[in-house]
Amino acid sequence: MSVNYEQSFNGPMIQFDNVVKRFGQLTVLEDLNFDVAPGEFVTLIGPSGSGKTTILRLLMTLEKLTEGTIYVGGEPLSHLHKDDKLVEANEKHLREARKKIGMVFQQFNLFPNMKVLRNITEAPVRSLGRSRDEAEKRGSELLEMVGLSDKVDAHPSQLSGGQQQRVAIARALAMEPKVLLLDEVTSALDPELVTGVLHLLKEIAETTDITFLCVTHEMQFARDVSDRVMMFDSGHVIEDAHPDKLFTDPDPDPDPDHERTREFLHAVLDRG
Amino acid sequence: MVWDRGAVSDSFPLLLAGLVVTLEITVLGSLLAYVLGLVFALIRRLRVPVLNQAVYLFVEFIRSTPLLVQVFVFFWVLQPAVGLPISAFASGVIVIGVHYACYTSEVYRAGIEAIPQGQWEAATALNLPRTRVWSGVILPQSVPRVVPALGNYTISMFKETPLLLAIGVQDLLNRAKEYGAETFSVTEAYTMAGAFFLVISYVASLLVRRLESRVGQL
Repeated sequence: MSVNYEQSFNGPMIQFDNVVKRFGQLTVLEDLNFDVAPGEFVTLIGPSGSGKTTILRLLMTLEKLTEGTIYVGGEPLSHLHKDDKLVEANEKHLREARKKIGMVFQQFNLFPNMKVLRNITEAPVRSLGRSRDEAEKRGSELLEMVGLSDKVDAHPSQLSGGQQQRVAIARALAMEPKVLLLDEVTSALDPELVTGVLHLLKEIAETTDITFLCVTHEMQFARDVSDRVMMFDSGHVIEDAHPDKLFTDPDPDPDPDHERTREFLHAVLDRG
Repeated sequence: MVWDRGAVSDSFPLLLAGLVVTLEITVLGSLLAYVLGLVFALIRRLRVPVLNQAVYLFVEFIRSTPLLVQVFVFFWVLQPAVGLPISAFASGVIVIGVHYACYTSEVYRAGIEAIPQGQWEAATALNLPRTRVWSGVILPQSVPRVVPALGNYTISMFKETPLLLAIGVQDLLNRAKEYGAETFSVTEAYTMAGAFFLVISYVASLLVRRLESRVGQL
């Protein structure tokens, strides 16, 4: 099944413009600049605490940025144009901006008080104003796509972690996001369930125009599916390359950033 | 001390009438405490301007003064001052309900805080409207968890209703007192009143315990 979302904008889908994020004294992101093109699949890798997840949380408006601007589809995400200046956006603007973005979480975060189908239809009905019939029809299609047609009436607690994460993916897709954020979506899964979820994501990435920003420790997946991989360390992008280049970089380059990436990849891949 | 079995059956209808009043006050007072407690908790949590501070002060005030004082102040001072003829029964329901709302609001607060951050974040990511986040996600998860705690407050309320004797409510204890004064069978009357309280409280606490174990499985 293929899903096509129209593209009405030619510039980058995501643009970080001198973004700074501090938590108190701690600077998590320092003067960060990068673009993601529409339809691109970009994976963020790097050691924990390097700010990868913060980038996703800023995009989902779960955190407020300290300085700089984020643009999604050419529009400032958490700012408003006012008299040639950018001012902090109000809740109304944020609600509009969030429509373009979906997120899948490490801990799934399904609503345990709702059945599986209701988890998927709740937001289209309440937030996009779809009719319940329409939302349920689409929800059933999405459940079929993620291979869980038989779980329509199940409660999330009756599902395995892998199944819960598939429902969470279907739930995010039901909102027809232009950008989908994947925050360590397989980290909480039992090892034997990881492959299925990654396979599903790969299929979605290949059959839709959705722009992906993905934080993962699954290096093989990152390599298979990404158009670009960005390596983070201490709030900076220290490498930004095609996965084949980044994962196999044969140059014995004295650049300390390359050295840092190699160290990280060695550590991660040896562990796997 | 002689136990007069005749007095037991003789007083039974009167005490039963008193018990009905006690139960009515408990049920109505509980409903008031459940609803108002939730309202208080939401006002505090949402930091509604002015009301937030007002509720904070009110709750502190109620929790720092004895229930009996509140009953007297409401019935003998406030009620005549406002000029509304509120019966002793209705006054009892209001004072007990409002008093316990100050405690149930804390129960709701804890129940709301127990909801994992991830639920709020998923609701934001799905762009659910604020009111729907509360009515569809947060409250349906937090309220069932606090039902046993609310039940325990209802049992406390049930046991505090005799205080309302002080303003002439015809509750179970008042009826026992009345019967004892008329017939001098105080032993039987008060023992039976105590037995009624004991049996009902005990059965109710068993029910709450069953609820607790079911909530534990949520």
